[in-house]
Parts: sequence; C-alpha cells; structure tokens
Amino acid sequence: MKPAAFDFIRAETVDEITSALHEHGGEARVIAGGQSLVAMLNMRLAKPAVLVDVMRVKALATISVEANAIVIPAGVRQTATMARSSLKDEVPLLAAALPWVGHLQTRSRGTICGSVAHADPSAEIPLCLVALEGEVRLRARRKTRRIPAETFFTGMMATDKGDNEWIEAVAFPKRRPGTGSAFAEVARRHGDFAIVACAAVVDAQRMRLAVAGVADRPTARDFPVLEGVALDDALNAFAWELGAGDDVHATARYRRDLVRKIGRKVLEEAASCRS
Amino acid sequence: MPQLSAKDRHRVSFTLNGKHISIEVEPRMLLTDALRHIVGATGTHVGCEHGVCGACTVAIDGLPARACLTLAVQVEGCDIRTVEGLAPSSDRLSALQAAFRRHHALQCGFCTAGILMSLDAYLSTSPDPSEQDLKEVVGGHLCRCTGYAPIITAALEAAATLRQEAPHV
Repeated sequence: MKPAAFDFIRAETVDEITSALHEHGGEARVIAGGQSLVAMLNMRLAKPAVLVDVMRVKALATISVEANAIVIPAGVRQTATMARSSLKDEVPLLAAALPWVGHLQTRSRGTICGSVAHADPSAEIPLCLVALEGEVRLRARRKTRRIPAETFFTGMMATDKGDNEWIEAVAFPKRRPGTGSAFAEVARRHGDFAIVACAAVVDAQRMRLAVAGVADRPTARDFPVLEGVALDDALNAFAWELGAGDDVHATARYRRDLVRKIGRKVLEEAASCRS
Repeated sequence: MPQLSAKDRHRVSFTLNGKHISIEVEPRMLLTDALRHIVGATGTHVGCEHGVCGACTVAIDGLPARACLTLAVQVEGCDIRTVEGLAPSSDRLSALQAAFRRHHALQCGFCTAGILMSLDAYLSTSPDPSEQDLKEVVGGHLCRCTGYAPIITAALEAAATLRQEAPHV
C-alpha cells in the first residue's frame, strides 16, 4: 500500500509541464490534487516513473470567464470552485453536483481537471461536462486541442488524451437563458461512488439527459420535449441502451430502474426551473 | 524546474502545528508516513491508505485533507495541523476534545484524530453549523464503535462553547 518509486517534477510554468510530458510521455503522469491518483499509486494500480506536479503553476490557479463558458484550469481545486459565489448563476448544474463529489476532505485537495482526467464512469464532474456539452482543452508541445467532452471519454477510465498531452483546462458552457438543469444521484452512502448519477439540461426544444455509473463512460442522450408515456418509453429505451451490468453495488435491473426514475425526476426538475 | 529523483531524499519544509520544520523524504513518501516515521508525530493514524476511512485526516492550509492521499513533497511551504496541535497545553483539552470526552464520542479512538481534525477545521470557518452540516463533515470518516450520534452531539456542543468563547467585536 505504498507507491512505487517515481521522480517528482515540480513544474513552475505551463511550458515546463509540456516539456516534461514531451520528454517522458507515457512514463509520466500529471499530479494535481492527487485524490484519485495517489490512491492508485498506493494500490500500485498506477506505477508511473515520473510525476509532474502542476499545482505550483500560477497561470493554472484561477478560473476565467469567456463569453459563453467558464474555464477552469488544471490547478483549480473543487473546494475553490464551490466557493465561487457566481457559480450558481453561471453553471448551476456544476454548482448542484459539486457537493456530491467525494467528501469535504477530498474536495479540499482534488481538482476539477483531475477528476476529468481520471475519467471514472460514475464521477459527477465528467457527467456534468458531458451534460453541458463542455470541452476539454489539451496541450502538447506542438499543438493544443479542444475536444468536446462527449468524445473525450472513450471508456472505463480511458480518454482521448495522448501520452504527451495534458489537460490545461476544461470549459463549462454558461447557462443560457430559457434553460433549466438538475442533478441527482443514488449511492449507498453520501460521498460514496454513485450507483447512478443523472444530470439534465432542458430548454424549449430539447431535453438532454446524461447518466453516469451505468455505461463505461458518462453518456448523454437528447430527446425532444416529451412527457407522460412517451417520456417513460424514451427513458426505458435509453436505460437498456446503456448496457448496465450487475456488480457488488447494484444489479443491472436496479440500475435501469434508477435511470428511468432518477432520469425522469431530473428532467422534470430541470424543465420546472427553466428561466 | 526542480526535479526530485526517485532514489534520493529531498528536503521539504513546512509548518507543523505552528512550528517550522524541515525533513528529508523520497518523492514516494506519503504525508502520513512522513509525519509518523520521520517527524515522529504518531497522532495521525493510518487506516485504509486509499482515502476512504478518514483516520489520517489533517488540516492542510486550514482545510481538512487526507494525509494518505498527499505526498510529503506536495506540502512544501504548507501549513499543516495535526491532532497534536489541538490541545492548548499539555494539561488542557481543546473545547472540541473536551466535548468528545464528555459525550463518549470515541471508544477505541482509532478514527478520532482524523474526525477531530475535520471538525476543528470546519468549526473554525463555520461556527454555527446545523446537525446536517456536521453529518456531512463526519460523513468523510468511518467509525465502527460509536454509531456517530455522540460525535455529532459533541461537535454541536463544542460549536456552542466556541461561539461563547469567541471575542465580541
């Protein structure tokens, strides 16, 4: 239960991170808050030869606001994001979901980008990024890329990020007038990994539901504005398409039922808070 | 850019319970092990070592955090508080510790150091918490003895005591 040995690079600039990853590639891992990675190191599920610490880079420490999005760089912790008083107006879905991420004691260190990089299929932050159609901003020495969240997550803890790339920031689209959003999850205890988590974004033409904890990645589906039996049928079809499996936490059948029930609940809640 | 090689020990300096200290560690050393084996401060306990149980919780720059999910080299320049720093003197408990004793908020005591550090850090910024707020804080800890109820009772009483002690401005 102790990490294997690694070199530790304390990067001080964006360029130092980029060149460290260029040099060490797949041998290196970026460490930010470490709340997922250090657990993986302790269990030796990850044995990188080099860790690149990004938390001393001043340029990555502050959230910035663009015309249509708030941009959260690699050095911003979950607690700091929750403390942003305007977050409820800017990205209400993220504000609603963050209290469900881990515990107070892990949010104090864990980062937003770190959770996206870890890509746990039941995690709340990747779910919100997919629900809101946000993007992941990657940097490598020769180029930068902006990848839609929906194509960034490629499987269980797998992403489109190359070995010499790192997540410089993620962009959460700001709430558009006339839209509503809602989040809910079911776990055995608060703070546990979600059995199923649902995030909904609803406007006048479209209902979008994203689900975590069922498929191997957070998965979203767009529906026209539905209600009654039509909505039940659409949710049932989506629940089956997610390909739920049985595990020690829940059966596939229970997970499908949660998608139908919690999915409906968040869609209705999102529709009712449209403004 | 500082590169700390895996096989060497490297100097890390930080504040521990108000005192500046400097230790030498390999990059892979966890903060729990640095505190316990290098500094000799064994009040911080090691339970699951993957961030679930909360026994190793310390305050880093005023916020409760898992020492087992923190590398010692990450806390360079940080302000660390551990359970050893809670009591104002060797013969006097803090208000929170005294409330824990009064309400039997511990039995075996293995989880207690971590729970005290979470609550101490939380009460310092949220002096008037609701029972639900405290359940949320204690929710980050596993205690297999108490059933948690006496811990919440003790924390509520400590919060009330601390509010009375706070200077009137």
